Amino acid sequence: MIRFLMTLTEKVLARASGKTHVQPGDNVWVNVDTLMTHDVCGPGTIGVFKREFGKDAKVWDRQKVVIIPDHYIFTADSMSNRNVDILRDFVREQGLPYFYDVIDDPNGHWSFDAGKGQLARQYGSRYTGVCHTTLPWKGHTRPGEILFGTDSHTCMAGAFNQFATGIGNTDAGFILGTGKLLIKVPETMRFFLEGALPAGVMAKDVILHVIGEIGFDGATYKAMQWEGPGVYTMSMDDRMTIANMAIEAGGKNGIFPCDQKTLDYVRERVEENGTKQDFEPVDLDRDQSFSYDKVFDLSKLEPTVACHPDPGNRKLAKEMGNISLDRAYIGSCTGGKTSDFLAFAEVVRGKTVKIDTFGVPATTKVVRELKETLWSGQSVWQILESAGVRLTENASCAACLGGPVDTFGRLNKPMKCISATNRNFPGRMGNKESEVFLASPYTVAASALTGKITDPREFIS
Amino acid sequence: MAHTVTSPVYVVQDNIDTDQIIPAQYLTLVPTIPDEYQKLGSYALIGLPDSLYPQRFVAEGETLTEYKIVIAGRNFGCGSSREHAPIALGAAGVEAVIAESFARIFFRNCVATGEIYPYDTPVRLSEIIKTGDVATVDFDTDTLTVNGSSYSLKPLGEVRPVIDAGGIFNYARKNGMIASH
Repeated sequence: MIRFLMTLTEKVLARASGKTHVQPGDNVWVNVDTLMTHDVCGPGTIGVFKREFGKDAKVWDRQKVVIIPDHYIFTADSMSNRNVDILRDFVREQGLPYFYDVIDDPNGHWSFDAGKGQLARQYGSRYTGVCHTTLPWKGHTRPGEILFGTDSHTCMAGAFNQFATGIGNTDAGFILGTGKLLIKVPETMRFFLEGALPAGVMAKDVILHVIGEIGFDGATYKAMQWEGPGVYTMSMDDRMTIANMAIEAGGKNGIFPCDQKTLDYVRERVEENGTKQDFEPVDLDRDQSFSYDKVFDLSKLEPTVACHPDPGNRKLAKEMGNISLDRAYIGSCTGGKTSDFLAFAEVVRGKTVKIDTFGVPATTKVVRELKETLWSGQSVWQILESAGVRLTENASCAACLGGPVDTFGRLNKPMKCISATNRNFPGRMGNKESEVFLASPYTVAASALTGKITDPREFIS
Repeated sequence: MAHTVTSPVYVVQDNIDTDQIIPAQYLTLVPTIPDEYQKLGSYALIGLPDSLYPQRFVAEGETLTEYKIVIAGRNFGCGSSREHAPIALGAAGVEAVIAESFARIFFRNCVATGEIYPYDTPVRLSEIIKTGDVATVDFDTDTLTVNGSSYSLKPLGEVRPVIDAGGIFNYARKNGMIASH
């Protein structure tokens, strides 16, 4: 029997299209394992589905559709509130089991009570928060599978050894009706990581370094495959941070090999949530064909910043001390995980931030964990608040992309902001004359303390 | 009948991301609702910084642009997967975007919706042509003619018939891939 050597992405796509072998450039119809949508693109996706398949049409597989309102939730904007209601109506009509609604009443209407302020919890028992961080938590990411989402950072799930990428409403509407999508097999670029990260350097620095290396469009139409001993030293959170930003280099997807950490993480969550438990990882072939192949020594990396106006505009934090900041922000799918807030808290603990600093946990689970994690008898939540961080319980991703004008943490006037988020094109976080600098939670924390872009190693022993 | 469009062009540089094409605050508009589709058009390219692009793409109070052709540098449409981006341009009346290169999801969304023709060109037109220059795109010969010069555009190949059909659903129906209405 001839054994074809393939990259991880090629293997997943071959299996999903029922072929023994695919190669870059092939167009293949893949069977979709999971389709995720949210409040910004869900209503349009539903509109396309109904327009094309009829008002009484049913989705191809109720178990495979996941709907996560997370973008414009905690806003008094009535259109945004209406869009969450459109999702709820569709879920009820279709009988979809995986809907992480902001309210508990399946027949209710969502409205945000601005009178209660932005900080205190305004959600029911099922709400989870940011979609990309929710998917693994709730047992919807599995090795070897195909995930499409109506959001460009869907590529984050590549951390779990699966093919995951963002699509538009029309493609998503097509999947809702058919369970299939025609896609082109991308070339694969390999990033081979050696060594371990030194103190003060995080997974975010790895991806910012790599995007700086290949450019903001250096991976356009390509798969970014992460390999090497350095990968196995990383936690699943670290891998998610890296996979998340494949799109910031133009990548179609990012993908990691599957190891024991992956298996443990996934098994625990599919069991806990009662989601589909069987899956088959794809493993590494010894010989694969890459369009780019480079070794990176993690031990040589330093705290890195992507400067305004694009994620590939790379500088070292230590070279940027003359840039004064107006604001610091920690949050989003890539930078709002519990591990991100713990790193941030390590730096600001017992100190006071010098500039306006906003913290928005990615999920409601992160909120809970920060409140339950005690350091010397004090919760991390309290430690952050004592340091002057404005923390909200209302997990969401809105400020990372601007969102409605009353969004907590949005840049409503021209200002310079250092942010643990993933994108910094002009206007990304609101005002279009503002400037966003992307950095690790460590670097954001150190910069919040000084009011200037600061190398966090000044604060970490 | 020849398939062409003649119009003043609007010129942008590298890396115009989807936040600049349609800022996130307007994503509350649902493209499949006709009124909201039109409104999306009125906000097309409103996220461009005024300092770099003093000429508005869609005049204040209008829903349609006078520029049916957009000329761009590298990586046009990078960033988010929002389909609102090609839709906003299409709703504003744009027929073609000619760029040195496109970001992947934006390109795919142009094809899937059939809203606009996304042409690649090896020539850095964004440095040769100015906003307001009048150009003609000939879709039959894949050429752009402007200021007395002609430039060949990269043929769209296998995605061309999808855009001609008006998007992936029309194309799939036409070819019997999904049942007709």
